[in-house]
Amino acid sequence: MISLIQDIVSSALLIIGTFLLLLAGIGIVRLPDIFLRMSAASKASSLGAGCVLLAVAVSAADIAITVRAVAGVLFLFLTAPVASHMIGRAAYMIGVPLWKGTVVDELKGHYDTRRRTLSGVDGASRRLQRGTGPLGDARDAGR
Amino acid sequence: MVQTIALWVVLPLLSIAVALPVIRLVRGPSLPDRVVALDVMGTIAIAIFAAYALINSQPAFLDAALVVGLIGFIGTIAFAYYAERRL
Repeated sequence: MISLIQDIVSSALLIIGTFLLLLAGIGIVRLPDIFLRMSAASKASSLGAGCVLLAVAVSAADIAITVRAVAGVLFLFLTAPVASHMIGRAAYMIGVPLWKGTVVDELKGHYDTRRRTLSGVDGASRRLQRGTGPLGDARDAGR
Repeated sequence: MVQTIALWVVLPLLSIAVALPVIRLVRGPSLPDRVVALDVMGTIAIAIFAAYALINSQPAFLDAALVVGLIGFIGTIAFAYYAERRL
């Protein structure tokens, strides 16, 4: 009985995870923009691989395999957003063009790409726009 | 039942899924596109290793999956630093 339940749950998780991973692969090819591609890359692929690892964890009869698979899921869910954030930030910094159908770019003008810092609307960027203040800021001295 | 599904359904679909980002890896107009494609390929490789561990009842493949995930994460971080400092 327990074995049958394990089989059913594990098969369902396997098929869901495979579908999500296939969707991530299609999204990487088909989506028009790096930021849209990253949404497929970070969310769909980490959820898909997490589902497959959970299927291994459910179907295993040994506690060591379950612990390893759950540790893999935790590691994946901790590292995928960090990596995606860093590569997205780098892409925005080096000026990768956005999709032509993009409605709003809320970061436009707020990134100082020369110093690579995010300067808020009340901080250095307004002074930079007016051209009256100094280029450096005390908050950015350590960078 | 699980092993049959993993062998005949999961592994073929995952091999199609790991071949798709290669197109983006070759065609991708910028460096971050290629890095994202490599990241996705690494994540799908983790899933393939897990399915292979399930088919063969070899838990050592789960350790290999963890190592591949770690290397993929560090590689993505390194490429992000490289792309940002390159200017």
